[in-house]
Amino acid sequence: MTALLDVRDLHKHFGALAAVAGVSVAVAEREVVGVIGSNGAGKTTFVNMVTGYLPPSRGTITFRGRDITGRPPRQVTGLGIARSFQVPQVFASASVLDNLLVAIGIAEEGRLPIWTPLRRRQRVARALATLESYGIAGYASQPASLLPQGVRKLLDIAMATVRGPELLLLDEPTSGISVGEKFAIMDTIMAALRAQRTTVLFIEHDMEIVDRYAERVIAFADGVIIADGPPQAVIDDPEVRRLVVGERVKVAE
Amino acid sequence: MSRDRTLPGLAVATLVLLGVAAAAPGWMVFTLVVSLAQGLVVLGLMVLWRAGLMSFGQSLYYAVGGYTVGLINIQFGLSNALLLVLAAPAVAGLLAFLLGFLLARYRDIFFSMLTLAFAMILYGVLVKSSTLGSTDGFSILTPSFLGPHPGPDATQRLLTGLAALIALLAAALVHRYLKSTAGHLATAIRDNEIRVEYLGYSVHRAIHVKYVLAGILAGAGGAIVAMAIGHIDPEMAYWTTAGEFVFVAILAGAGSVAAPFLGAILFVVLRTYAAQYTPHLWHMVLGGTLLLFIVFLPDGVWSLFERACRPLKRRAPS
Repeated sequence: MTALLDVRDLHKHFGALAAVAGVSVAVAEREVVGVIGSNGAGKTTFVNMVTGYLPPSRGTITFRGRDITGRPPRQVTGLGIARSFQVPQVFASASVLDNLLVAIGIAEEGRLPIWTPLRRRQRVARALATLESYGIAGYASQPASLLPQGVRKLLDIAMATVRGPELLLLDEPTSGISVGEKFAIMDTIMAALRAQRTTVLFIEHDMEIVDRYAERVIAFADGVIIADGPPQAVIDDPEVRRLVVGERVKVAE
Repeated sequence: MSRDRTLPGLAVATLVLLGVAAAAPGWMVFTLVVSLAQGLVVLGLMVLWRAGLMSFGQSLYYAVGGYTVGLINIQFGLSNALLLVLAAPAVAGLLAFLLGFLLARYRDIFFSMLTLAFAMILYGVLVKSSTLGSTDGFSILTPSFLGPHPGPDATQRLLTGLAALIALLAAALVHRYLKSTAGHLATAIRDNEIRVEYLGYSVHRAIHVKYVLAGILAGAGGAIVAMAIGHIDPEMAYWTTAGEFVFVAILAGAGSVAAPFLGAILFVVLRTYAAQYTPHLWHMVLGGTLLLFIVFLPDGVWSLFERACRPLKRRAPS
């Protein structure tokens, strides 16, 4: 299997602090990878580097055999890598529909989208269908600032996926979502992404989510990868138990 | 979704303006042409303002528009109004394109002050250029149209008619732009630049386009006012001129492409009457008006118009 994303010896230093200190990992097409690690382990810094938000201090990032190290987010997005954010990044004063329409408008048009009206009929239909697939079409006319957290998370992810990215990086998709809702929301996200055949890498603190949705788990600690493999094996790893998951966690069958 | 009546509204308004240009008394025609020129500049400010950016230096492009007319007069002896009113925005747009590479990197007060700085640099250059008449400026050739010179009164009326048609064209094109993806990016940029970049679009480019658009419109306004007054001087680039544009923008509101023109007409009328009836206090009258608008009508005079239309919409069967 050829790697879709291939990261070699990635480092990120903030002054004397090494947030990421030599990470090498390859992700194959259509894999669903969970990334775990305690706060400050380097997970989000890793995602920030892959998506171009932060330039790495050292190392290379290759996507489909192409070196994308240090490219800015909009170029990385254009190449087929999208991301969602731990704190949803939406256009707060616009309606849910307009949020998605802007995302689709940018994806569909070129460098100067100054002529075609944003609210074209077929584009509105596409936006509503996307909202439908994420189960939030009922909120279409609401301003994004008034949305419940779970809906805002789904909107953030829906916006990230309008280009049909090959690789989607989700930063804590269930953080801030109630325990009762988390499986329903993850089911919705994963069903929508499976339909798009997207490779997914998600950061998550909730081991139940990791165990249920990831095919492979990567554990970070102190800026390095300490375990990489099938979910149960990684969660049971003594080092991971000591540094990440805690000794007494038992994932329900 | 409610139907958009902007374009028919603009067409009707233009017909009214053409009627005024043809038949109204001379002072009213002059007031109108100056208002239309100012409205064009403020239309550009509105495009920037929607993205949360305010230029305190739009007088730069206003002056560039005016001086382009003057220099083409001098260098080539050309006075064709249509040609001049196309050439001036082209030069202003080119300058905005060049400066835009720097300005698109700045936001908030830094953007505003940098635009002001560029305007003041041009003011300084114009004041020191004796070949361009220094502080006195110089006179503009009477604009010509196709055919023989029709005389001063008819020239002013023709120029006003041309200004009304340019205002219609500009307003219609900007309206189309504001409805496009790039137009909607204004709110998006104000709300969340990171998300725009992660959707794959360059925020710098979006702002750059808006800035060039505003420069083109200010250049057209400067050209029209230069031909209407028949004289240009460095005051066109001065910060008080730029301040007037901001004043009108606040007075007008950013609700519609028609608002800047309505605001400009209101401003010119207000200033004329204030200067006539309170010759020593007219600054205070203008200042007081601005204060009242900011406190009681923060969305500008256009919001009154919207408020007046709303009950109609509500009554209409859905």
